Amino acid sequence: MSGSRGELPPLVDYLVVPAVNLTLAFLVSGLVVLAIGENPLAAVRIMLSGALGYAEGVGYTLYYTTNFIFTGLAVAVAFHAGLFNIGAEGQATMAGLGVAVVCLAFDGAPWWLVLPFAVAAAALFGAGWAFVPGWAQARRGSHIVITTIMFNFIAATVMVYLLVNVLGKPGAMNPETRTFAEATRLPPIRDMLLPLGFDVGTSPLNPSFFLACLAALLVWLLIWHSRLGYEMRVFGFNPTAAVYAGIDPARVVMIAMMISGALAGLLAVNEVMGVQNRLLLEFVGGAGFVGIAVALMGRAHPLGIVLAAFLFGVLYQGGAELSFERPKISRDMVVVIQGLVILFAGALEHLARPPLVRLFRRTRLAAEA
Amino acid sequence: MPIAPIPDAQVPALPPAIELVGIDKRFGGVHANRDIHLTVDKGSIHGIVGENGAGKSTLMSILYGFYQADHGRILVDGREVRIRSSADAIGLGIGMVHQQFMLVETFTVLENVILGAEGAPRLAAAESRARGLIERLARDYGLTVDPDRIVGELSVGEQQRVEILKALFRGAETLILDEPTAVLTPAEADHLFRILRRLQAEGKTVVIITHKLREIMAVTDTVSVMRRGEVVATWPTAATTVERIAEAMVGRRVLLHVPKASSVPGRTLLAVEGLDVRDGRGARLVEGVTFDVRAGEIVGIAGVAGNGQSELLETIAGIRRPSAGSIRLGAEAIGGLDPAAIRALGLAHVPEDRHRMGLVLALEAWENVMLGYQDDPAYQAGVLIDGRAVRAAATDRFRGYDVRPPDIRLRTGLFSGGNQQKIVIGREMERDPDVLLVGQPTRGVDIGAIEFIHRRLIALRDRGKAILLVSAELDEIRSLADRVLCMCGGRIVGECRPETPEADIGLMMAGVAA
Amino acid sequence: MEFVESAALVLGSAVRLSVPLLLACLAGLWSERSGVVDIGLEGKMLAAAFAAGAAAAVTGSAWLGLLAAILTAIAFSLVHGFASISQRGNQIVSGVAINFVAAGLTALLGQAWFAQGGRTPPVQGDARFQPIDLPGEVAARAAGGFGRLWSEVVSGHNILVYLAFLAVPVTWYALGRTRFGLRLRAVGENPHAVDTAGISVAGLRYAAVVIAGLLCGLAGTYLAIAQSAGFIRDMTAGKGFIALAALVFAKWRPVPAMLTCLLFGLLDAVAIRLQGTPLPVVGPVPVQVFQALPYVLTVVLLAGFIGRAIPPRASGVPYTKDR
Repeated sequence: MSGSRGELPPLVDYLVVPAVNLTLAFLVSGLVVLAIGENPLAAVRIMLSGALGYAEGVGYTLYYTTNFIFTGLAVAVAFHAGLFNIGAEGQATMAGLGVAVVCLAFDGAPWWLVLPFAVAAAALFGAGWAFVPGWAQARRGSHIVITTIMFNFIAATVMVYLLVNVLGKPGAMNPETRTFAEATRLPPIRDMLLPLGFDVGTSPLNPSFFLACLAALLVWLLIWHSRLGYEMRVFGFNPTAAVYAGIDPARVVMIAMMISGALAGLLAVNEVMGVQNRLLLEFVGGAGFVGIAVALMGRAHPLGIVLAAFLFGVLYQGGAELSFERPKISRDMVVVIQGLVILFAGALEHLARPPLVRLFRRTRLAAEA
Repeated sequence: MPIAPIPDAQVPALPPAIELVGIDKRFGGVHANRDIHLTVDKGSIHGIVGENGAGKSTLMSILYGFYQADHGRILVDGREVRIRSSADAIGLGIGMVHQQFMLVETFTVLENVILGAEGAPRLAAAESRARGLIERLARDYGLTVDPDRIVGELSVGEQQRVEILKALFRGAETLILDEPTAVLTPAEADHLFRILRRLQAEGKTVVIITHKLREIMAVTDTVSVMRRGEVVATWPTAATTVERIAEAMVGRRVLLHVPKASSVPGRTLLAVEGLDVRDGRGARLVEGVTFDVRAGEIVGIAGVAGNGQSELLETIAGIRRPSAGSIRLGAEAIGGLDPAAIRALGLAHVPEDRHRMGLVLALEAWENVMLGYQDDPAYQAGVLIDGRAVRAAATDRFRGYDVRPPDIRLRTGLFSGGNQQKIVIGREMERDPDVLLVGQPTRGVDIGAIEFIHRRLIALRDRGKAILLVSAELDEIRSLADRVLCMCGGRIVGECRPETPEADIGLMMAGVAA
Repeated sequence: MEFVESAALVLGSAVRLSVPLLLACLAGLWSERSGVVDIGLEGKMLAAAFAAGAAAAVTGSAWLGLLAAILTAIAFSLVHGFASISQRGNQIVSGVAINFVAAGLTALLGQAWFAQGGRTPPVQGDARFQPIDLPGEVAARAAGGFGRLWSEVVSGHNILVYLAFLAVPVTWYALGRTRFGLRLRAVGENPHAVDTAGISVAGLRYAAVVIAGLLCGLAGTYLAIAQSAGFIRDMTAGKGFIALAALVFAKWRPVPAMLTCLLFGLLDAVAIRLQGTPLPVVGPVPVQVFQALPYVLTVVLLAGFIGRAIPPRASGVPYTKDR
């Protein structure tokens, strides 16, 4: 997304720069922790041990990671086509509807039979919800950022309406559907590994984690090894050159948005079919926005996204443990960190660059002298 | 250069309007200005000529406070000054008319004129003051513009007048114009020259930057020539010739001619008939253009930039849609097809602007080798791209076209202009197209690469291909083309042999004679 | 008469609901007319609301609450300004970051400082902005009927309501009729023109984001200690985004911005009023229709189906001298 590359070795560009940005974000987060009268180092220790210190914690961390891989990939795919999809939240919300409809329709059928349909429905509903903003940008020239924001809110209202008036379980306190049958739910990975002699602890981690890893691989192939990905990148970097090359900009915008929406939608497989086992309001829980942070940190590369998603998984799981142990540091701390990461790795990404470029020029000159 | 106080008894010679002493400026590794000494006399029209990249614009940007020189001094009216910003320059009575106009298109003429020189916090007073001045200037200098029109709706010539009005409203005594005629029709350019002479008669000083020699001869009193960041000569215009200026610009006798045999045109490969192109607002960009290009010939299109040549190329390539007329590639009608379909039928296109259109600078070089040919079956491996095949093709092109450095993995933006252009030309020529469209093949390309590219174009012609060439360099057209078409105001206004004297072609380009 | 009275009640409620939208919308207007896209209105408003609630609760003064809110919102504005103006970062990304930091920080600090689930302690009396009765209030109320229009719609609001509506002509005049406004609009359309005229692009844009901060400060204060009696977490509930929608809808102009915010406020008021009551002809309308309408209308407008919304040309583009 940024222009001033090339002055730094790729390794520095892809590793040191993000690391410096991340460090800055964490330093400021540490100051916040200090400000509310807690010890940041102790907080880090609690978070790390909570997220990685025992099997169940790792399970939770990976469960969060799954969501963030999906939304991070979604945001990244749009990035490559020069589009900013802020609508992953809404796309995932609508996908939840698709997953729920499939699971309710096949209620009682074994999960492995339902899963392909659920995945298809999630992708379809997510893509459909992303298609409209994509179409509006491609054909009507509306600004995709504003439209996707609006679509997040529209999705939320539609969901309330459907859960209250149409799909809701009669007599329930909260607007939500009935729970799916045991057989239809995605089994926890623990249940799959126990017969093999592994105990990974009780956690919501389920096979959709593998789906997320597969998605990352497919996105990598798409972006760097397929014609469509090539066309997306050409368009994203230089729309005029894309027209010159015979690439239809409207087609690229719409397809990129639909792929992005489909990826965001897959989150619903994890949440609705794997964890909640019913459709309820706000099940996405902000993961669509975390995707922005993940895509920025991972520099829109699937490997970077998987790593960044894992980092955020650690933050979410660790943050939960932290708020349990130190009630003063509520889970909102994670939201603050997330915001700071977006700020430093995204909006302020050039902050660390000039000093690094100077540093490298100096060391190179010194080496040549 | 010591500046001794002039004794009263002597002739009270006016100090020069502008004096630059030892100006030096580097951008990273590029030495844009080297130890420049330049004196602009008060009340003169001073031309600065040089090729693209000679450092003219940098020098003027330093004078206007956009950049600061690393070394050197600036004197205005004999006093040493420091110019740290445009505000400083304006305060010293220096006004600048930029090549790309610095106008707010959604504002009225009046609002644009007063912007930054409003005086009081409330606008009303400044507006009535400006209205009075615009009326007076319109009378005195022929600078007619309606103060209440929205600037975006004005013609280019009128917009330029607004820029001049802006400078005069700020009390400019010295006016710098950067390539003022690049986008003007000949009639508009003549109007501009008349305005400049009136300004001069009023005692204003004018500095005009250009790479067009005709203008220098037509309007200036003094001419300074810049080459590779240095001022290499300054002459009174009356005491020099176009040839001497040209030689000083290039540093040796102008453009060597690549030897070529006379053409043996075969059958018609590209036929354009009655072609009309309009922009989004319905204005005609290309009007009733008819010509053909036959196998084994190069047809050159000469014209002042902005007279429809770019749009003509883009329309034939399928990037724009024709509003009327037909285009045939061999036997196929291609008008209105998309670029991919036209390419598949055997047309290749080296676009005028490689940065904006011909390359994606952020991609690795080998990825640009398939730009436009990404659908080629040779580059596919199943559903994926066959990276190995593309990279092999890229290595091949790099070798064949002597692209340096020969590293196909390097980011395209890191190659020099000439090597970038070789990547584009290699890509387009190696497809062995029947028809090649070439826009500005050697813009911003070093001399060595120019010769290489010219040889390649002639070799392609000799293989019996048809080439349509658009270039702003008349020399290039005259040395490459077998036939020359002149374009003016979107029309083809004449056809001539390349041996036709430059002055005659120039007249034709200006739409004066046929 | 009964209809007039209930209409007056709904309109009065619409006015009150439109105030935070209007203030935030004008904030966005100032920022975006200068070329700085601001999707962080929500976050700034939220941070301001928390600051107002916290300061008013601690000091007992609504005015100190207002001051704290304005300073907080301006601080956030300056972060956004630093990222988008000085660092030439991506303005959308910066706005998203602001929203996150504000959402997290308000809830975190609220819990850490007051331990009431992210709320600030309820305020009353001088710690809250009270309604002001305009002359004739009592008589108009007693008269009923059209008198209620005066007492419900025009009179009886707190000072911030009147400030918000005063900000509309002030914005209109300042943008359209002053030197500062001319330069600010110019910098949003073509910053090169401003730079070559010898005026600081960064200076103008910083001024604009600070004004945006000021207005967001007012909006947040209104939410926390005028409309409500304290801050509750996420109390902006998307109002910053509705304000953004209103800004697009109003095509970045102050008077249409006011009308749009009143319309969106009215939709909200009607939705609250109806709550399932069937409408004549169409029957019962789900409340969500009214809630979604501002967003749907904005999307439809942006797609060019009802006129064209063209943003300031340079908005969202960081300024660099070289072209």
